[in-house]
Amino acid sequence: MATTKANKRQDRSAGRSCKGKTGAQIFHEMLLGEGVERMFGIVGGAMLPIFDVLHGSPIPFVLTRHEQGAAHMADGYARSTGKVGVCIATSGPGATNLTTGLATAYMDSSPVVAFTGQVKTFLIGNDAFQEADTTGITRPITKYNLIVKRVEDLGRTVKEAFHIARTGRPGPVLVDLPVDITATKCPVEPDLAPDLPGYKPPLRGHMRQIEAAAQAINAAERPLFYVGGGVISADASDELRALAEKGNIPVTTTLLGMGAIDEASPLALKMLGMHGTACANYAVQDTDCLIAVGARFDDRVTGRLDSFAPNAKIIHIDVDPASISNNVDVDIPVVGDARNTLSRMLERIQPRDRSAWLARIDEWRRKHPLRYATQGHIKPQEVIDILGKLTNHNAIIATGVGQHQMWTAQYYGWRRPRQIITSGGLGTMGFGVPAAIGAQFGNPRKTVIDIDGDGSFSMTMVEVLTAVRYQQPVRFVVLDNNYLGMVRQWQEMFYHRRYSAVEHPCPDWAAVAEAFGATGMRVFERSELGDALKEMLDCEGPVVMHVHVDPDENVYPMVAVGKGLHEMDLGKLA
Amino acid sequence: MRNIISALVLNKAGVLARIAGMFAARGFNIDSLVVGRTEDTKLSRMTIVAIGDDKVLEQIRKQLDKVIDVVKICDFADMNYVERDLMLCRVHTPPEKRSEVVEVVNLFRGRVVDVARESLLIELSGPEQKMEAFVDLIRPYGISELARTGVLAMQRGAQAKRRRAAKP
Ligand SMILES: Cc1ncc(C[n+]2csc(CCOP(=O)(O)OP(=O)(O)O)c2C)c(N)n1
Ligand SMILES: [Mg+2]
Repeated sequence: MATTKANKRQDRSAGRSCKGKTGAQIFHEMLLGEGVERMFGIVGGAMLPIFDVLHGSPIPFVLTRHEQGAAHMADGYARSTGKVGVCIATSGPGATNLTTGLATAYMDSSPVVAFTGQVKTFLIGNDAFQEADTTGITRPITKYNLIVKRVEDLGRTVKEAFHIARTGRPGPVLVDLPVDITATKCPVEPDLAPDLPGYKPPLRGHMRQIEAAAQAINAAERPLFYVGGGVISADASDELRALAEKGNIPVTTTLLGMGAIDEASPLALKMLGMHGTACANYAVQDTDCLIAVGARFDDRVTGRLDSFAPNAKIIHIDVDPASISNNVDVDIPVVGDARNTLSRMLERIQPRDRSAWLARIDEWRRKHPLRYATQGHIKPQEVIDILGKLTNHNAIIATGVGQHQMWTAQYYGWRRPRQIITSGGLGTMGFGVPAAIGAQFGNPRKTVIDIDGDGSFSMTMVEVLTAVRYQQPVRFVVLDNNYLGMVRQWQEMFYHRRYSAVEHPCPDWAAVAEAFGATGMRVFERSELGDALKEMLDCEGPVVMHVHVDPDENVYPMVAVGKGLHEMDLGKLA
Repeated sequence: MRNIISALVLNKAGVLARIAGMFAARGFNIDSLVVGRTEDTKLSRMTIVAIGDDKVLEQIRKQLDKVIDVVKICDFADMNYVERDLMLCRVHTPPEKRSEVVEVVNLFRGRVVDVARESLLIELSGPEQKMEAFVDLIRPYGISELARTGVLAMQRGAQAKRRRAAKP
C-alpha cells in the first residue's frame, strides 16, 4: 500500500528546520508536511500548547461534541478518501473516549492517526489530574502507539505514525504527547528520518506463489473470488475487475468489500456469509477454487468452518501474513498487496469460457432473489431500495450496526469502492452519524447518507450538531423499528420470542433535528415515502428523516451460528 | 508441543508490555519469557518458550513478526541449539542429610551458594530436562523455595546466521 493512488503525495516537511521550535510547532510543521487537510477532536488542558499553534493554522479543526465522534469522523474521512484521518483528544477522559473509535478503525484496518495530550512527563504514574495510561489502554486496539518523552523525538514520531497508519495493512496509530514536551523548545536540529527497523510491510507477492495461484485458477471449472476490505484499501478494484472479466470469474464480497465490483455486473454475486445472498453462499459451497483477496475468513462470513467451501482449493492473497491460514487452511498463500498481486496475476490468467458455472449461479440468483413484502408498514428494505435508485447507486453511505446495516449492504446496489462506510469487524453502533460527517468533509461534492437504526442513531446523534455547525449537508435516515432490531431478531429466532431489553421507544427525531438547527422530516406511510426521499435529497441539509418502519421485519437470508453456508434460512418469502 | 522462539526487539519502553499483551490477547500459552540486553545497545533479546501445536506456533511466529518493535525472529524448531535456564533452589537439609544432597548437586554440576543449619541454597543451570531431573531427585528432601530465570537459547556453530535484519 506504500503508494496507493490516493496516498500519492509529496513530503512537504523536507528542508524545514525544527531547532528552536516548540514541540507543538514541530507537530504542526509535520502535519503540514503530511498534507493533513482537516482534524477532528476536542480541546483540553494537556493539549493547550497544540491548540495554541492551531490558532490561525491553515489546517481547519472540527470541534466535535464527543471524542468518539472525532475518532469515527477521522475514520469515515479515511475510508471514503483513502487518506489518513486525524483526530485529537486531551489526556485522561479525552483519550478514553477515543477508544471505541480506535478499536473500530483497528478491526477494519482504517488509517487513522490519533494524538492525545498527556500529563507532564515528571507526573506520569502519579495519578495526576486527568492522567490515564493511554498507551497502555490503547495498545491492543491500535496498530502501533507511542508516547513522546523527548521533544527531539517528536517530529520523527509523527512521521512514523503516518507512515505506519497508511502502509501495509493500514490501521490506527496513537501518539501520546505530554504537555511539557509540546511546550518545550527543541534544543537541537532533530533527526526526522523514520527509524523503524522492525517494520517492513510485504508489498510484492512472491512470483512463484502468484504463478501457482494463476495455474490453479486456470485449471478450475468453477472459480470464485471472495473479496474483502483489503481490495478497497489497496485501491485494487480495477485490477480485480480486469481479472474477473478476463477469466469469467464471479465475485462475492464481504461487508467491507462491497463496491470492489460494480453490482450491475453479471459477475457480481453481492455479499456472502451470515446475511449473504443465496447465490453467493451456494456458489461458495460449490466452487472448486476460492480466491480470497484482502479478506480474513471471519466467522460471520464462513459459517460453520468445517463445511465451508468444501470442494475448493483455497488461494489467499493478503498483505498480512498473520491472517493467512489462521481460520482456514489455505492451499496457496500469497503474501502481498492486493493491487500489486492482482495486476501481476492478470497476464497469467487465461481467458476461459465458464458459461456453465455462470448459468448455474444465475439460476440460483433467479430462484432466490433478495425480496421483501410491500404491504402493511413501510419496509426498511424498500427505503434503501428507493434510495439506491434515486441516487443512481452513487452516494456514499454510512450505517450504524444492526438489521438496517445488513439491509443496506443487501439492497443499496454498490457501484464503486469507498462507497460503504460501515463498522464490520467491531460492529460499533453509533458509527454511522460521525462516520458520515467525516466522509462528507472528505467529499464535499458528493451525496453522503447515513442509513441508521434508531438504536445506533441514539448513541451518537449529538454529532448532528457538528454537521449543522460546519454546514455539512449529510442526510441522516433513521429507520425506526422501535427496537434494537437485530437483537430482537435473535431473541425471536433463538430465544422463543422472549423479548428482553430490546424495545426502544424514540422521541420525534425530526423535532430534535429542528431543535439542533437541522431540517427534520417524518415519514409514516408508504404513499409519502418516495416523495419524501426525493425532497430529502433535494434539500440543502443537513437533514434528519425519521422513517417509521415495520417493527417485526427480519433480515434474510440468515445462516444461524453453527450452520454451514448452504443451510441458510431463506425466509418466509423464499 | 514445546517450542523456543527468540526475538530481537527494540530496546525501548513498552515493548515487553506490547508483546506480553499480544500473547494474552491472542490466548497463546507461554511457559517462560526472558528479556535481556544483547551486544547491540539498541536491541534486546526475548526468548520465549511457547506451548502449542504447529498451527498455534505458526500464529505466534506471525503475530510476533507483526509487532512493529520486533526486528527479527528466530525459531529453534529445526535447529541445533544450546538452551540454558538458571535455577536457585532452597532444600531442607538436616545436618545428617547434607552430604547426600551435596553429592546430588555435584553430580548435576550445581553449586551450593549458601549454607544454613537446616537448609542449602543451590544454584544450577542447564537445559530444561536436566533441571527437571534434578528437581525430581531433590524433591523428597523438601524444597522450600525455588526460582528459575526461564530459558535462554542460541544456535550452535560459529556465527550461525549473521543478523542482517538487526542492523537498524
Ligand atoms: C455499541 C454497541 N452496543 C451494543 C451492540 C449490540 N447490538 C448489535 S445490533 C444491536 C441493535 C441495533 O439497533 P438499531 O440501531 O435500532 O438497528 P436495527 O437492528 O433495529 O436496525 C445491538 C444492541 C453493538 N453492536 N454495539
Ligand atoms: Mg432499530
